Amino acid sequence: MRFDPVLAERRFGCGLSPKIAPPGSAEAMLDGLQTPDPIADRFPIEGFETFLGRMRARADLAKQRRDNRGTELAEAARQGIRDLNRIARKDHWHWMAAHIARRVWTQTPFRERLAFFWADHFTATGKRGLIRRGTSPYMEDMRPHLAGRFEDLLYEAVTHPVMVHYLDQEGSVGPNSKQAQRRQGAGLNENLAREVLELHTLGAGGPYTQADVRELAELLTGLTINLNVGRTFRKPLAEPGRETVLGKSYGGDNPSLNDIRAVLRDLARHPATARHIAGKLAVHFVSDTPSEALVGAVEAAWLDTDGDLTAVYRALLTHPDAWGREGANIKQPFDFVSSACRALAVDGPMITELREGAHLLRFSDPMRQMGHIWQKPNGPDGLDEADGAWITPQGIAARLQWAVTVPSLLVRVLPDPRDFVETALGPDAPEAVRFAASAAESRADGVGLVLASPAFQRM
Amino acid sequence: MDRRGFLIGACSLAASPLVTPVAFAGAPGDNRLVVIVLRGAMDGLATVMPYGDPTYSALRGALPEGALDLDGYFALHPALGGLAPLWQAGQLGFGHAVSTPYRDKRSHFDGQDWLEAGITDMANGMARDGWLNRALPVLGGGADTAWAIGNDALAILNGPAPVGRWSPDSDLALSPQAIRLAQLVMQDDPAMAAALAEAFDLADGDGDPVAFTGSQGDMMEMMRADNKAARGTGAEERMAEFAAARLKGDARIASFSINGWDTHAQQDRALSRALDALARTILTLQDKLGAQVWAKTTVVAVTEFGRTVRLNGTNGTDHGTGGAMIVAGGAVRGGRVLADWPGLDEVALYERRDLMPTRDLRAHLGWLMRGLFGLERAAIEQTIFPGLDLGADPGWLA
Repeated sequence: MRFDPVLAERRFGCGLSPKIAPPGSAEAMLDGLQTPDPIADRFPIEGFETFLGRMRARADLAKQRRDNRGTELAEAARQGIRDLNRIARKDHWHWMAAHIARRVWTQTPFRERLAFFWADHFTATGKRGLIRRGTSPYMEDMRPHLAGRFEDLLYEAVTHPVMVHYLDQEGSVGPNSKQAQRRQGAGLNENLAREVLELHTLGAGGPYTQADVRELAELLTGLTINLNVGRTFRKPLAEPGRETVLGKSYGGDNPSLNDIRAVLRDLARHPATARHIAGKLAVHFVSDTPSEALVGAVEAAWLDTDGDLTAVYRALLTHPDAWGREGANIKQPFDFVSSACRALAVDGPMITELREGAHLLRFSDPMRQMGHIWQKPNGPDGLDEADGAWITPQGIAARLQWAVTVPSLLVRVLPDPRDFVETALGPDAPEAVRFAASAAESRADGVGLVLASPAFQRM
Repeated sequence: MDRRGFLIGACSLAASPLVTPVAFAGAPGDNRLVVIVLRGAMDGLATVMPYGDPTYSALRGALPEGALDLDGYFALHPALGGLAPLWQAGQLGFGHAVSTPYRDKRSHFDGQDWLEAGITDMANGMARDGWLNRALPVLGGGADTAWAIGNDALAILNGPAPVGRWSPDSDLALSPQAIRLAQLVMQDDPAMAAALAEAFDLADGDGDPVAFTGSQGDMMEMMRADNKAARGTGAEERMAEFAAARLKGDARIASFSINGWDTHAQQDRALSRALDALARTILTLQDKLGAQVWAKTTVVAVTEFGRTVRLNGTNGTDHGTGGAMIVAGGAVRGGRVLADWPGLDEVALYERRDLMPTRDLRAHLGWLMRGLFGLERAAIEQTIFPGLDLGADPGWLA
């Protein structure tokens, strides 16, 4: 099998659009990753640096409240905190809408898919307080690194305040650090170190031991969060001395973020990491059971270039086994909903300017029924890649119900289902879907049946 | 196709190996277990109030009007008053001063992870599967044995063993023509076709038929109502009804969540609402299961941790440690509050703020699993709750 524009748009892009032509070649898709990012400007999402301002404001109000218990100032602070929480909650839905709108109107759809692949690979979310709304800003910070070197993306994600918070790094203190001597009960937390090895780099079967986890956790001590600058390194928390991870020694008398960058660079280039992530890319984009040849080719590109992601993607896109039709993945709920919007060419404001209740009705609640609770992951391993996790009675029912009801809220006039078959599925639409589109009693049913068809739901 | 014809179609699909895993390792027996996860941290001290503790009234004030005295030491929150007949019949009991081994950070998110994963510590990281799922291969059964109900992720049932998942609020309503055409477009994709057939079957069996003759607007209204219902009140009773329907059939285990326990402010109101939902849920289960199945059923409601012993500045409570659990059902030896009571004196508290846990919540759950399904002690201490010391039998089951 070779490059096919329609399959390329479906499998590696955001789905067919009546307004935007599919890519002409794998090279064109890769070039798109190097171009400026106008869609991000058109549907903006706040970066975490800006988001930190909200957290500072909240911390100030919390202090005002503590310092003035029982007074009007405390009451005003309480109100202020409530307002900040409410605004952040609404913005986090706005950002979800911006993600959808980007997928509908982007000329470089592969970038949007990669943004979600890596956001899931580096799953992190806030657990309490305002930072619960910080996941999209975190994704935005990863965006410049999507087509660069994996080691830079890895550093950005692992040391990011949202990750540091999510995997309990902020409270991790070297057992022999100054802080541990000063404060009873302070100690090491291995959570981030473990997930870096198991999920982010080497993989669960990777060549590391509990000792490596412990040493990496000690090396990570000092990495924490500061409300003014975001990621920061506090020497009093750091475990003194050198640490040995996978047989190599890091750190020393003057611990800093550089030690963490060094160990992450080596982990990024490790053969087990190449293998692990090559497999994940192939599974995510192609099939639950990708061919060994495909995974091997992606892995080889990783090893040849020390994890240059553009080269890695090239190996994926140019391998014949990436274009097989057998065992194609089912779209995850967000892919499904946003690709339906792209096929319908839903106007940006119809997505991004909804009030909270309207947004929930159209997008967030139905996606929850489909099995994806937006930015509330079950765990740091993120969304399930197995098709079976999504092809459940409940999931399929929710998709079908969404497909026949929600599109009519998104566009003023639904397209003629007989035309929409071509728009959404391309020239090789199955006969059964063509028939269903023409036999449906209403436009809504016809459009819905096209969107619910396996030909649309599989990528 | 008429309804009958459709159901026949669904049945033949259900018989295909793609739909129903045919491996029945063993027989899970005849007992039923419902695990309700109370998300948000229920205040055990306000639910089962230790008014006999000399410190209680200083901390929490007088008992609220309508509180039900249980045993001269503990009293039940008035919002659970509907359960009084169960208590009197010995079909309702409580474990108190219990918790998972999770300590200190008091994050809902982590606390629920620990509760659902059933782990002892983080030595091997967070388990990726839930303890109820790990129990399934041990007790045998098929894909219909356990059901995760509602829109929650219910990590407690996550894992490799197949479970049923359905939310009674994800109702389907389609024109009869669209039903036929949906089957048609799915027919070349066996996995999707099977899921759709089962969805039609489930949605049709939960009260209102799938076939729908209303307008697009009506359908939208229904979806709006379903979405709202899924987040609003009454969702618990619908889940309980659905659970009861499955448990009367082949299912032996069902799990779902009740939210709304995070009572940081004006706790009276919020807690009453949540407790009322819990009471209605248990009574719905009893009612819909019928006397015969109820007699074999145990319902256990657990939460990620308890709440602070003292009220905070907004008449609420903050995240704590030790809490309470609810055990109900025809199979239960109730009428008792089981607790190795640590006391509420400041020195007796955990970190001088929380009720001290004196028993691992998982030991109670483990003994229930042992009693209901005859599991070996080793399976419970090594597979289901790895690292747990079951300790002495609290004797929940007759």
